[in-house]
Amino acid sequence: MKSKNAPEINAGSMADIAFLLLVFFLVTTTMDSEMGMMRKLPSMEITAEAKVLQRNVLDIWINSENEIMMEGEKVLISDVTNVAKAFIINQENAINLPEKNSVAIPLFGDVLVSKQVISLQNDKNTSYGVYLQVQNELSRAYNELRDELSIKKFGIDYLALKEQNQLVAYNSIKTIYPQRISEAEPFDD
Amino acid sequence: MSKFKKDDGKGDPAISTASLPDIVFMLLFFFMVTTVMREVDLKVKVNTPEASEIKKFKNKSLVTYIYIGEPTDKKLGTSSRIQLGDAYADVAEVGAYIETKRGEHDEAEVPLLVTALKVDLGTKMGIVTEVKQELRKVTALKISYSTREGGVVN
Repeated sequence: MKSKNAPEINAGSMADIAFLLLVFFLVTTTMDSEMGMMRKLPSMEITAEAKVLQRNVLDIWINSENEIMMEGEKVLISDVTNVAKAFIINQENAINLPEKNSVAIPLFGDVLVSKQVISLQNDKNTSYGVYLQVQNELSRAYNELRDELSIKKFGIDYLALKEQNQLVAYNSIKTIYPQRISEAEPFDD
Repeated sequence: MSKFKKDDGKGDPAISTASLPDIVFMLLFFFMVTTVMREVDLKVKVNTPEASEIKKFKNKSLVTYIYIGEPTDKKLGTSSRIQLGDAYADVAEVGAYIETKRGEHDEAEVPLLVTALKVDLGTKMGIVTEVKQELRKVTALKISYSTREGGVVN
């Protein structure tokens, strides 16, 4: 009885097979996780009745040449965040900037919350890239204000609050600086 | 026959490749687990803009994609087209498409559905606004502008 055991299978080609599969998955894979800027469109019904005081609205208009106008003045893309921030806080309670009302907010007590709305309008020929850049700058304005407040009050930035499950604090800051960007009706001229 | 024969360098021991399949399998499993198959064949050229203030989708199964960009097929010209699913579509078809997508989900999930607009950065806003109006008509109000992660413009 020379060999009781079954003959060994040659595993030399195993690596080749595995490589083949590996290459297939390498080629078909898309590693990019989906990212996006979340927005909420206005409902069709409400817009007709919603009336907002002019002082509470920051008008932004992007024309067909991709130039940006805020409250009637031409600005550069790099200024958008700062103008928006100044508008949202209204530090000196200026009469032409948004009015504020006192709201009781958990952890903060009574806070003056501004009734700001940012209205973003564009021309048919505005480029989407520029439009989204402005959207991004506006989001940045809100996020920076929230971060500043969060660091002042809790010592960590706004998103860290959520990661550490301090949801009351997180939601309070969100109520103090609510993101209100209105992507207004198409403009007929 | 000397006892201390000099090694003539011929007999370097071969490195064992027995563990090679194990290593490759490990890589293979990594890619199998992380892989996401492309959901559709793109018929339009979409180069999404860069942005910094963005979020990851929490649940990808709740996302419906609408692609807008130049057709990849040169015969169709260079004006921006909309792609729904695997085919080109008209603005008027957007509403119906969203409704069919809703039909595939549970009723409780419908308010959570997000429409992701994957739009090329060179597109004119006209067509985007039209699509947004269609979405409002079917009250698909949660949208997301798809972007790549990028720095802040200065």
